[in-house]
Amino acid sequence: MASGKVTFRQERCKGCSLCVSVCPAKIIFLDESTTNIKGYHPATVTEMDRCIGCANCARICPDSIITVERN
Amino acid sequence: MAIVYQKSKGLTDVELHYCPGCTHGIVHKLVAETLEELDVLGNTIGVAPVGCSVFAYKYFNCDMHEAAHGRAPAVATGIKRVLPEHIVFTYQGDGDLAAIGTAEIVHAAMRGEKFTTIFINNAIYGMTGGQMAPTTLVGQRATTAPLGRDREHYGSPIRMSEMLATIDGAAYIERVTVTTPANIIKAKRAIKKAFQLQIAGKGFTMIEVLSTCPTNWGLTPVEALEWLNNNMVPAFPLGVFRDITAEEAK
Amino acid sequence: MAKELWKGNEAIAEAAIRAGCRCYFGYPITPQSEIPEYMSLHMPKVGGIFLQSESEVAAINMVYGASGAGARVMTSSSSPGISLKQEGISYICSAELPAVIVNVMRGGPGLGTIQPSQGDYFQATRGGGHGDYRVIVFAPANIQEVVDLMQDSFELADKYRMPVMMIMDGMIGQMMEPVEWKKPPVNPEDLPAKPWATTGTKGIHEPKAIHSLFIDPNESNDHNMRLDAKYQRIMADEQRYETSETEDAELIFVAFGTPARLARAAARLLEEEGIKAGVFRPITIWPYPYDALYQAAAQDSVKAVVTVEMNTGQMIDDVRIAVRGCKPVSFVGQAGGRVPTPQEVVAAAKSALGR
Ligand SMILES: Cc1ncc(C[n+]2csc(CCOP(=O)(O)OP(=O)(O)O)c2C)c(N)n1
Ligand code: SF4
Repeated sequence: MASGKVTFRQERCKGCSLCVSVCPAKIIFLDESTTNIKGYHPATVTEMDRCIGCANCARICPDSIITVERN
Repeated sequence: MAIVYQKSKGLTDVELHYCPGCTHGIVHKLVAETLEELDVLGNTIGVAPVGCSVFAYKYFNCDMHEAAHGRAPAVATGIKRVLPEHIVFTYQGDGDLAAIGTAEIVHAAMRGEKFTTIFINNAIYGMTGGQMAPTTLVGQRATTAPLGRDREHYGSPIRMSEMLATIDGAAYIERVTVTTPANIIKAKRAIKKAFQLQIAGKGFTMIEVLSTCPTNWGLTPVEALEWLNNNMVPAFPLGVFRDITAEEAK
Repeated sequence: MAKELWKGNEAIAEAAIRAGCRCYFGYPITPQSEIPEYMSLHMPKVGGIFLQSESEVAAINMVYGASGAGARVMTSSSSPGISLKQEGISYICSAELPAVIVNVMRGGPGLGTIQPSQGDYFQATRGGGHGDYRVIVFAPANIQEVVDLMQDSFELADKYRMPVMMIMDGMIGQMMEPVEWKKPPVNPEDLPAKPWATTGTKGIHEPKAIHSLFIDPNESNDHNMRLDAKYQRIMADEQRYETSETEDAELIFVAFGTPARLARAAARLLEEEGIKAGVFRPITIWPYPYDALYQAAAQDSVKAVVTVEMNTGQMIDDVRIAVRGCKPVSFVGQAGGRVPTPQEVVAAAKSALGR
């Protein structure tokens, strides 16, 4: 399976969760341990090795804060 | 590793002011990506409406003109007639296009104005705080229809794509939505086709995008996508309502 | 150059084309419909754009778009249609774009009458639409003057980046008069570049935005103050007026447009009776030539000032501001399509003089 990598521009995240809802690997979550300057818990991924690089998250992100790379 | 998705060069670096999860932002991306892929950003003039997307003039990486409420099609007509070789688009909400600006959009379509309209149908007036729109569903609550839209009092929601598809000057009209990654890809294809037909000089093109307004619908962004699928799509069927190229191919 | 006989409305349209206007948007309404009719025939001949819009609202917004795209553009209408254009005029003023707007006035309010009137003085000079703004307003009194002022109108619109309005009663639009084309036609290609126009970034410059939204109150205030500074400059530099026999006059008529011609006829009648009356005619009604009118009215010889208007008394407010109470100001006029006769004007003058 292809492996991917997602990067979030977290300071611009509004915590809307749309990316969370469309990730087939279910690895995106809102990081409740931190709050960005806008006051939201930003989206993040810790188990990056499970990312398949499908770009679903980036495609649905209304704020264009997600970059996706793939092998 | 190769980049498979990143922010479009068709957008400026200005932060979007939309509410969290509002799909206005998704549609902005699709328009921006289309203009970037068609390599026409330097040759495009966009017309922003009055509505939540009033600040669209700060977001698109091309020249922009901000119109009065509902008048974007008239402004776009003025621009396109002066600059016929340029790409011109309007981006309008349902209050803008289907209420106060109905005459302007109908007559732009009638004249076959060669610009593309991106019509955001979110069944509500977002910017002014959730008042009833002409597209509000029967029974749907709004701040000016606190008990829900009453058919006796206000009639049923207006279907602009179907209506405009009866006009000869319209070259392409499709209704799409952006509720899933697959739907987003379809919506992008529709928007691209509309711009391509504009470039080919075929006539008026419009893509209606069923869009969410989580804030005024009183739902989370994810619930809003679901509500749209369950309630708006039945009232506003997706599909192509007019395609002059399909007719020409016959 | 030889004089030619022209109908007012057609002369307006021809003068605009000669002034380099290549873009016209409008909607039919009496008594100005010959303007779009003429444009529809002659604009295409010079490679220009003519479009009959679905409404005056649409027409002015097409003007807004075309002006933003860099065109020398105009629209015309008559009173009810000018009411509909007010939204767009307000936007064009705020976005600081040039345009020429012609109002061939008919009687109001409401649907009123198609007969000539000057009932839109307040609307033209006080803004008309929402917000703090002004437009330069020319009030020509004959067709030659309309023609002469057209090029100036486009030039001032470009210079100050704002709409210039030309208002005249329907009589000027409908009558025929000799016209001499004094100025050579303008080639639009020779006009100065408009670096502010939105004509595409070409990938070279940063995106430009034409807009009128200043949501931050400080920015909005700054914007209004900047506009006001421009209006103050115009008030200082662009007043125009004409005087006829006002020196040492006993009575001064103040009138714009057609009534100024009636006032001159009345002045001649008064002269036969040994009363020296002069006529002060503002050519710009905004900016209003307040100081010049004051100078004329303040002369020792002047006993009364009488305004002559084809309305119920609108410009008289500006006349009172100008005269500053130094002389009595009274009004004579007819509204709703009736034109005052020189005899009525003479009677009003005599009554103002207590005779
Ligand atoms: C002439 C005029 N009337 C009313 C308004 C107030 N107004 C601003 S936006 C809007 C409705 C916006 O709704 P819509 O077009 O559906 O866009 P959305 O905000 O939902 O994206 C209204 C009524 C205005 N700006 N101008
Ligand atoms: S009010 Fe509604 S339409 Fe407007 S930005 Fe918020 S969610 Fe989007």
